[in-house]
Amino acid sequence: MTAVLEISGLRKTYRGRKGVRKALDGFDMVVEAGQVHGFLGPNGSGKTTTLRTLLGLIKPNDGRMAILGRPVPRHLPQVARQVGAIVESPQFFGNFSAETTLSLLADAGGVNKLRVPAVLELVGLRDRSKERVKTYSLGMKQRLAVASALLKEPKLLILDEPANGLDPGGIREMRTLMRDLSESGMTVLLSSHILGEIQLICDSVTIISAGRRVAAGSVSDVLASHTSSSVRVRLEPGVDLNGAADLLRAAGAAITVEKDHFTVGNAGNPAQITKLLAERQIYVSELTPIAADLEDVFLQLTGTAPVDGANRQVDQVAASQGGWGQ
Amino acid sequence: MSLFRAETRRLSKRRFTKFFVLLALLVLGLVAGGTAYTHERTTDSTRAAAEAEADQEYQEQLRYADQAKQECQKDPSSFGGNCEGLVPPTRDQISSDQFLTPQFDFRADFPVMLTVWAALLALVAFVIGASFVGAEWNSGGMMNLLLWRPQRLRVLSTKLSALLTWLTGLSVLTGAAWTGLFWLIATLRGTTARMTPGAWQSLGLNGLRGLGLVLVAGAIGFGVASIGRHTAAALGAAIGVIVVFQFGLAIVLSLARVKFYELYLLPAWIGAWMNKSYEIIDYSAPCDYSAVNGCEAPTYTVTWQMAGVLFAAVSIIIVGASMWTIRSRDIT
Repeated sequence: MTAVLEISGLRKTYRGRKGVRKALDGFDMVVEAGQVHGFLGPNGSGKTTTLRTLLGLIKPNDGRMAILGRPVPRHLPQVARQVGAIVESPQFFGNFSAETTLSLLADAGGVNKLRVPAVLELVGLRDRSKERVKTYSLGMKQRLAVASALLKEPKLLILDEPANGLDPGGIREMRTLMRDLSESGMTVLLSSHILGEIQLICDSVTIISAGRRVAAGSVSDVLASHTSSSVRVRLEPGVDLNGAADLLRAAGAAITVEKDHFTVGNAGNPAQITKLLAERQIYVSELTPIAADLEDVFLQLTGTAPVDGANRQVDQVAASQGGWGQ
Repeated sequence: MSLFRAETRRLSKRRFTKFFVLLALLVLGLVAGGTAYTHERTTDSTRAAAEAEADQEYQEQLRYADQAKQECQKDPSSFGGNCEGLVPPTRDQISSDQFLTPQFDFRADFPVMLTVWAALLALVAFVIGASFVGAEWNSGGMMNLLLWRPQRLRVLSTKLSALLTWLTGLSVLTGAAWTGLFWLIATLRGTTARMTPGAWQSLGLNGLRGLGLVLVAGAIGFGVASIGRHTAAALGAAIGVIVVFQFGLAIVLSLARVKFYELYLLPAWIGAWMNKSYEIIDYSAPCDYSAVNGCEAPTYTVTWQMAGVLFAAVSIIIVGASMWTIRSRDIT
């Protein structure tokens, strides 16, 4: 497979009154051709800065970027015709209709205006295309933004939170659209917070935290390499569940007691559970690893899992927690 | 070329543009209507009526003088004690011209109307120019456009050239209509006499300088709004310039008796540009004495060439700064 998008060692710092802040700190990313690639990261992690830098809106301090094999931003004017993008919230001049907005963009980009009704039909705005954009809901603006990105029939489509403001039906339509575009040979880079969506439609992902890449690869590989250390423990009937939980808790386990079982959230070495319990003549009837989903992996890698009684601040990343019993 | 076409279309389609053009046309229409209403063509009958009115006025003045003389003889002290000084007016002191409704003399009066047209269009050009780029920055449209055409300088300069071309078209159309309208007013309610080729050439050059003023105002509004990335930046700067540098500065410089202080104020330069020259008289300075004319206040003449250099320099600096900022600043 050939890489449609390559970023390596990307750095961007902002200087403010409070000193220097590293928005991107040597970030790397590769997106292969024909894939739907998920780009994940908590708020303020550098996702939008990456996309803006890639698209020539922000100047990086260091690093190398290439789109369709051509270094950018130097060759951006040459590749821009093949890149459709929406960055952050959809932004349009409110007093123009959707049709006028797209027609002006088509004029500016030298695109055949016959594409305008086609993309409006594709995103479901055909019947509302003559209304002013400022009368649109957020979801409709989002659809218009996607339409503007598709107008060029790009080889690479970059979408920043495209499902933002969409209703459930719209989200499903967007998912189908992404899949169809990918199957037609288009490469899609999708930045989103809806991790369930990413897991459903993306072939590969890059996870960014504090301006650095913390995971990358196919969705299955990322999930496999960051399997959950949580296990479900069920005991023989009649055994004191709370007593057993207290025993493990005293040894440092993170226990959540349920009705007929308990889970150990940080079971780095599950054998330790059976050992400790067996020493007290308590025998385990079930010890099942709990499968991780992308959300678990994301929270673990980015250190953004909510902690009881603590208000996590943006840019605050929790220290990586090692597994208990290792 | 496609970007230029798109930007020209965008400018024409904006409601703000349409609104301000309509407003300008309305004001121009009111000025023309008012001029037509307050002028009348001088004919034999209007002149005869004016003569009759002047006669009537003369008779009334004689009556008043006679009455005053009688009262003076009764009580000289209330008239300063000198009743011989009360002299009735002569007939030639009351001219019939005073009772004639003025006629619109195209050659003499139209240059002032050209200045009105240029000043109004310059104001509209400033606001439209500022809004054209300011609203784009503010709404995110500029960022969207740069995603399509990631050539910042080309995008901004194409936008500016679309604006200036559009303003030129607007100025030429409204200028032609303005000239035609006042020609009609002069024909119906005045005179078009003495319009020699030289007079037309002078009016043409006046119109060109008016066009220059409109383009300068549009470019400055565009440049300031682009630097501030908001329409309000240009409007705020304009208000600041008017309040601080015109009213405030005028008062301070006048109180400080600064020599030729009007040199620091915009109207002198606009006046010089539109009327070929503007004479500043410094009444607070010691006078220049000459044996022939006696004591005369010193004067300084601002020429249209000097004003042209100043306007060009300000435009280049502001537009240049807007180009530099779009090239160097991140777009967030």
